[in-house]
Amino acid sequence: MPRPGLVLDVDRSTPPVLFNHGEQLRLEKLPAGRSRIIYPAEPLEPLADPDGAIAHALAHPIGDSEPLAALLRPGMKLTIAFDDVSLPLPPMRAPDIRQRVIEAVLDLAAAAGVDDVMLIAALALHRRMTEDELRHAVGDRVYDAFAPHGLLVNHDAEDPDNLKEIGTTRHGEVVEINRRAAESDLIVYVNINLVAMDGGWKSTATGLSSYRSLRHHHNVETMEHSRSFMDRHNSELHRSNWRMGEVLRDAGIKVFQIETTMNNDVFGTTGPLAVLQKREWEWTTRDRVAVHAMKAGLDRMPAGARRNLFHSWRAPHAMTSVQAGEVDAVHEVTTANVYAQHLVPVEGQTDILTMGLPYIGPYNVNSVMNPILVMCLGLGYFFNLYRGRPLVREGGVVIMSHPTPWDFHPVHHPSYIDFFEQVLADTTDPRVIEERYERQFAEDEWYRHLYRTSHAYHGVHPFYMWYWGAHALAHLGRVIIVGGDRAAVHRLGFTPASSLSDALELASDTVGPHATITHLHNPPILMADVT
Amino acid sequence: MKALVFRRKPVRFAAAVAAGRIAPGGGAGVGPLRHEDLDPLPLPGPGWVHISPRLAGICGSDLATVDGRSSRWFEPVVSFPFVPGHEVVADVADPDAAATAGAPTGRVVLEPVLGCVARAIDPVCAACARGDLGNCERITFGSLAPGLQSGFCCDTGGGWSTSMVAHVSQLHAVPDTMSDEDAVMVEPTACAVHAVLTTRIEPGATVVVLGTGTLGLLCVAAVRQLTGAGRIIAVAKHPAQRQWATDLGADVVAEPEELARAVRRVTGTLAIGDGAIDRLAGGADVVFDCVGSSESLAGALEVTRPKGRVTLVGMAGHTRVDLTGLWQREIELVGAYAYGTETLTNGTRRRTFDVAFELVAAAGLGRLVSATYPLERYREAIGHAAEAGRRGAVKVAFDLRRRRSSPASSPTESTEPGAH
Repeated sequence: MPRPGLVLDVDRSTPPVLFNHGEQLRLEKLPAGRSRIIYPAEPLEPLADPDGAIAHALAHPIGDSEPLAALLRPGMKLTIAFDDVSLPLPPMRAPDIRQRVIEAVLDLAAAAGVDDVMLIAALALHRRMTEDELRHAVGDRVYDAFAPHGLLVNHDAEDPDNLKEIGTTRHGEVVEINRRAAESDLIVYVNINLVAMDGGWKSTATGLSSYRSLRHHHNVETMEHSRSFMDRHNSELHRSNWRMGEVLRDAGIKVFQIETTMNNDVFGTTGPLAVLQKREWEWTTRDRVAVHAMKAGLDRMPAGARRNLFHSWRAPHAMTSVQAGEVDAVHEVTTANVYAQHLVPVEGQTDILTMGLPYIGPYNVNSVMNPILVMCLGLGYFFNLYRGRPLVREGGVVIMSHPTPWDFHPVHHPSYIDFFEQVLADTTDPRVIEERYERQFAEDEWYRHLYRTSHAYHGVHPFYMWYWGAHALAHLGRVIIVGGDRAAVHRLGFTPASSLSDALELASDTVGPHATITHLHNPPILMADVT
Repeated sequence: MKALVFRRKPVRFAAAVAAGRIAPGGGAGVGPLRHEDLDPLPLPGPGWVHISPRLAGICGSDLATVDGRSSRWFEPVVSFPFVPGHEVVADVADPDAAATAGAPTGRVVLEPVLGCVARAIDPVCAACARGDLGNCERITFGSLAPGLQSGFCCDTGGGWSTSMVAHVSQLHAVPDTMSDEDAVMVEPTACAVHAVLTTRIEPGATVVVLGTGTLGLLCVAAVRQLTGAGRIIAVAKHPAQRQWATDLGADVVAEPEELARAVRRVTGTLAIGDGAIDRLAGGADVVFDCVGSSESLAGALEVTRPKGRVTLVGMAGHTRVDLTGLWQREIELVGAYAYGTETLTNGTRRRTFDVAFELVAAAGLGRLVSATYPLERYREAIGHAAEAGRRGAVKVAFDLRRRRSSPASSPTESTEPGAH
C-alpha cells in the first residue's frame, strides 16, 4: 500500500533536503522550527493489465457515449488525435501509453472496416514532434503503417487550408480547429493526464486549435483568474475551453475521449535515480553516498553531457487508470484519479515557498531549459500546483533553485531568444508585454516558417510561458533564484542568490526575519490541497 | 602658451603603438604627445585671428593618433608638429581685431576644416564652391602647411592649448544662451548631421546605428530629429550607452551579438538558419557604422538589406571584410567625413554647422560631456576618453577655462545620462 503524501515539520534532526537544481542537485538545510516540507505520495499501484483496462474502457464508456466499437463503421472518417511530446514528464519507458491506446483503437477500427484513418499529434503551438518522438509515442508499428502515407501528421496551426472555424462561444471566443478533425465523423482523443490541468475539452479545443482561437484563453487576464489552473472548477482557462467544447459539441463534432492517468514513479524504486524519490530521513548510508557521488559527478560534468544524461532518462511511471467516452464525464473521473496521486493536504499558507526545479518541464523535452522556461516551471506550474489557496501567502516570497543558464535551443525556441533579448529587456509586466509585443511575435513570418517547417515552438509561445506565471507574479512580493546565472535572473526581473541561506536572508527583507518556510518536494509531482 | 604638442618622433611613435595595444590611451604616456610651453603662433595672414580655447573635446581620431593607430593615409595631409584638438569652443582673443577681420567677437565654435578660403586659394576648388568643405581638394596647398583640419596643421595650432589661430571663415558665434558644453558638441554633431543628411533615409526606413560612442549617439539624435526614419536600432555595449541611446531616440538597443536578431525582429524579414541566424534574407535600410573596424563593417553588411546603404562614419583604417555580400546584395558603402553644406529633407540647403547648432540646442547634447580635465592631466584625460564607454562616459574634454582663471586641477565628471 503506497504511503500518502505528508507534511514534515523541520526540526534539528531533519537531514538536509534534496533540491533539484536543473541538471544538478543541491542538498539544503532548512531552518528548524519554522520550516516544513511537503512530500508527494508514493507511486500508486499501476494497472495490472493495462491493455485489458484499455479494452474495457473502450467497451464500457462513461457518460453519454456508446462503446467505441459501436461508433465505428465502414466508410467513416476517423481522426485519432493524441497528446504531444510535452507529455508525460519525463518521457516514459516504451511502450508509451499512447501506443497502447492507439493500437487498441486501430484494432477496433480495422475490425469495423474503417479505412479513412488519420493520426494527428495535437500539439497546438508546440514544436512539431520528430520522427523519433513520434515513433516513441505511437510505436513503430503504427508509425510505419501511417506516417509514410501522410496519415500520421503533426497538427499545423498555421495552415489556413487545414483549419476550420467552427463557431463562436457566448463570450465571443472564436473556435477554430484542425479541419481534418472537424470534418471527421469521429475524433478519438488519446490523452495522458499527467497533471490536473490536462485533458477534458482542453485536449481538443486547445491541442487542435490555432492562435486565433487560443488567444482567447492563453492571455494574462485568463491566467490571473485561474486559481489555480490545476483546479478546473476554479480555472478561467478551463471555463473558456469548456465553452469552446460546447461549441464543438453543438456543431455536431463528435469526440470520443480516452484519458489516462499515471503514477508518480518518476525515478523508479531501483536503479541509479531511485534515491531521488525517497524521503531523506529514510536514506540509507548507501543512498547518501550515491547522492553525494551523483552530485559531485554532475557538478564536474560538462553541461552538454549532463543534459544528454538526464534527457535520456525514460521514466518507469505507469498507468493507474483509463477511462473513455463522453468528455465531461470522463474528465471528472480522470481528475479524481489524478488527485488521488497528487493531492497532499496542507494546513495554512506560508511566507516563503521554496522549490528545486528539475531538469525538465513540458517545453524542453530533449531540449534546453532556458530562463523563460525556468520562470514558467516555477511560477507557472509549481506555484499553481495548489487547490484552495496558493501555498504561499499574498506578498510572500518564492525561492527557486535552478542554474538558469543564459542558454537557448535555437531550433526549438527561436522566438524565446528574441523574447528574452528584446521583450524582457524592456519590461517584465505581463500585461504590458501582451499589449506591446504579442501580436508582433505571433504574426512574425520567420517564426511561422520555423514552426511549420522545422521544430520550433510558435512565435507567440514564450508569451504564454510568461502569462502562465502571471498569477504568481501578481501574487508574490519577491522571487529569488538560487544558483542562477545572475544576468539571466536579473533579466527575468528576479533576485539572484548564491545560496539558500542568502536567499532566505534576502527574503527576510520582504517577509520578515521569522518567516515561515514551506518546501515543495517536487518531483515526483504533488499538488497541495491548502486549507 | 601651454599646449599638447604632437611631434614626429619615430621611436616615441613606436612606443605609443605598443602602449596603445596594452591599454587604450596608453600612447599618451610614452608617445610623441607632450605638454609644452610654446610661443603663440603668428597669424598666417589676413582674416586670421587668435582664439583662446575654453573647452576642447577628445575625438576618436585624436585617440587613434595618440595610440599610433591612424592610417598612413593621413601622413601627407598633416604637418608636424601639430597641436591636436578640433572640437573647440573658444573666446576670440582680441575682439577688436576680430571685428576688423569680420569675425565674431565673443565665444566661437571652430569649424576646423582648412579649405580653400582659409588657405587663401582663389578661385576655390569645385567642392568648396559647392559648399562641400569637407571634400576640399586643396588641403595641402595654398598659404598653409598641409593639414586637413585645424588640429592637424602646424600653422594653426589646435584646441588642446591655451591659444590657436583661426580663419574668420572657420568661426561660428555661440549664442549667449548656449553653454560651453553644448558648444563643444557642435563640431562632432556636425559630423553626425552630415552623415545622416547625406544618407538617403526614406520615411519609415529602418536605421541601424552601430556603436554608441559620441558619434554614434549623435547619429541617433540626428536620425531621430532630422529625418522621417521609422525604427532606429542602436548597438550598445555598456549600460550607460543603452540609456543614452534610448534617451536620444533609439527604439531598440541591442548588444553587438544581438544585432542580427534585433534587425530581423524589427524588419520582420525572414532569415536563413534553423532558429539561429546564419544570414538575414532582408535587413535594415540604412546602417551607420560609427566604429570603423573590420568587425563593425562586417556586422553592418550582414544586417543591411539588398540595395541598402552602409555609411561609414567612424574613422576606418585597414580592415579585412568579406565583400561578397556587398556585391551580391548590391549594397552601397559610402564614407561620411566632416561637413559643409547639406540638403535637408525639405530640399533647402544649409550649412552643416547651422543645423548642428540647432540640433545641439534641441536635444541638449551638452549632456554628453561627461568629464573635463585640465591640460596637464592629459594622460588621465586621454585614458578616460579611450575607455569612455566602459566607464560610463561619452565625451571627455579639456577645460582650458580654469587654466586662465585658476589652477584647479581636479577633473569634473558626470556619467549619468541627463546630468552634467
